[in-house]
Amino acid sequence: MSNKPDFVSIGDVSKHFGSVRAVDGVSLDIAQGEFFALLGPSGCGKTTLLRILGGFEAPNSGNVHIDGADMTLQPPNRRPVNMVFQNYAIFPHLNVRENIGYGLRKEGLSKQQIAERVDEALATVKLEGLGGRGATEVSGGQRQRVALARALVKHPKVLLLDEPLSALDKNLREQMRVELRALQQQVGITFIFVTHDQEEALSMADRIAVMFDGKVRQVDTPEHLYETPRSKDVAAFIGSMNFIDATVEGADGDALIVDAGPVGRIRAGLPADGAPAAGTTVIVGIRPEKLILADSPPGEGANSIRARLTAASYLGERSHYFLQVDGLAEPLSIARQNTQAQLLHEADAGSELWLTWSPASGIVLPAAG
Amino acid sequence: MTSAAQSAARANPILRLGKSVQGALFRYAGLRGYILFSPTLLVLVGAMCIPVGMLVIYSFWTQKYIEIDTTLTLANYLQIFNKTSYMLLIGKSILISTAVTTATVVLAYPIAYFIAFRVHQHKIVWLILITVPFWTSYLLRVFSWKVILGYNGVINSALKWLGIVDQPLAFLLHNPTAVIITLAHAWAPIAILPIFVSLEKIDRSLLEAATDLGDGPVARFLRVTLPLSIPGVVAASMLVFIPTVGDYITPQLVGGPDGLMVGNLMHAMFFKANNWPLGSALAILSAAAITVTSLAIWFLTKHARERAK
Repeated sequence: MSNKPDFVSIGDVSKHFGSVRAVDGVSLDIAQGEFFALLGPSGCGKTTLLRILGGFEAPNSGNVHIDGADMTLQPPNRRPVNMVFQNYAIFPHLNVRENIGYGLRKEGLSKQQIAERVDEALATVKLEGLGGRGATEVSGGQRQRVALARALVKHPKVLLLDEPLSALDKNLREQMRVELRALQQQVGITFIFVTHDQEEALSMADRIAVMFDGKVRQVDTPEHLYETPRSKDVAAFIGSMNFIDATVEGADGDALIVDAGPVGRIRAGLPADGAPAAGTTVIVGIRPEKLILADSPPGEGANSIRARLTAASYLGERSHYFLQVDGLAEPLSIARQNTQAQLLHEADAGSELWLTWSPASGIVLPAAG
Repeated sequence: MTSAAQSAARANPILRLGKSVQGALFRYAGLRGYILFSPTLLVLVGAMCIPVGMLVIYSFWTQKYIEIDTTLTLANYLQIFNKTSYMLLIGKSILISTAVTTATVVLAYPIAYFIAFRVHQHKIVWLILITVPFWTSYLLRVFSWKVILGYNGVINSALKWLGIVDQPLAFLLHNPTAVIITLAHAWAPIAILPIFVSLEKIDRSLLEAATDLGDGPVARFLRVTLPLSIPGVVAASMLVFIPTVGDYITPQLVGGPDGLMVGNLMHAMFFKANNWPLGSALAILSAAAITVTSLAIWFLTKHARERAK
């Protein structure tokens, strides 16, 4: 099986609801066998885009191709695509087996073949022995497995999942992330899922498309998305980030020298597309966990600034601290694993500390957006 | 409350009782339920159980000219069983009501479906419009059908005016079909509401899931929408079937000699013939027939649901 890079191809798709542009000129290519996430805040159009792929909405313009065939105007029952609905949409009048076998009636299989396929699907989602249960007699996690099996039993070319884990409680959700990923690797089907939970997207997907206001802002692997976001919006949505306004002064080897006002002259990572011209206004983004607290100034090469602790919050395995740099509008947030012996507390507020970070931790982002 | 008032309350037995009743009501949800239920229970016992009990007792007595012989006997029942015309009348009433129920549910379903799935705003307006016929008296509605179907009625006048017929059609009125049409029209709103509720309750994502799994509109209706709306259909059937079996106004007005139903016979027994015991036995038997038929409808739909899977 050669993995076609444009197995699912979305070409300049737009969908309006009245005056609302739910999906606004989105183009995406998703490869065969890829685990792809559509990530964004609620109302960003990700679910509408998924429903367009499933055939539940027709785009106002643009087209959708799946495995080379134009699917733009095909109804859901004529697409080689199946969906796992957010509330799982398990048929309440049918038992687990009947739910899973629902879509096989039309495929011209014998009763024997249907039973075999259902058994196979039950085994795939680890529900052996529960086939006779009524749809209302299984737990939330099991319902999700039924929904998965019901879609997978059809051997779709693409499986769509709408917020697949949002209806589960926290522990089950974390377990299902691992299982869903393993399941996708096992069956090798292209999975496209929608989520507003960035951790979910980062932990499961091969690639993530981040959407805001109906537009795709960045498509990247989880690591690239986190380490090298290309805009302030994306950087702020994926994890959290400190933003410092700065003006470019020039490049120095693999670092960019910027004047960051109250923070002084600092060194930041050189953007992949080269150094911006001197005098350009930029934003330097630094992840909270990449800022290091120290009692004394660091050695050469690292950036550092003196700051005053304003707040501390203890979160178990890590703590969040907020440090004010004189002249900055917002305090900087610092995340630190609680492995060090010394914890800072609310009572330590006001104490002066050094903040240091390596130049590569400073991500240079365009000032607009 | 001051301590003086508190001790006064403790001393006053009525206040103390009030406190403990209040406490018990707060503590036991079941008790609150029974108290809420008690007015209905009184009405049920007073206005239903006692009369029905009297009916049962009457049915075992016999009418001897103007007096009632209170010796317990099965004579009335035997008389009914032996008189083929009575049994046929009960059977015919069940058949007519079954036809009415079928017609009503078949006609009500599309309307309920339309309101549940096609009307997106102002559903309540549609539901109120459906009840509009109920704003006029039942008798008026029956009479209006007489006007429509009569010898010189709306349909016949129209057909004559259009030149389609020379003589008015006599077969429109005074027969079982007229009874079925009139009753089906009268009971339609009663059937629409429960079907509407069961359709409205269906999660729309189930319909999307069915389409996603390969069903076209017809298959989806038969495999998801219809099975999930069966409770509403059964409720509608019962609500129409049970009261129509005993109806005597519609058969009286539009039924003619062939369209009479068991209700007319009961009416005659209680009034013209002044034979309450025989009328009571007829009432008990038709109630039994209704029970059997209703249970049959219920079991059949249950069976059909099992098979439809």
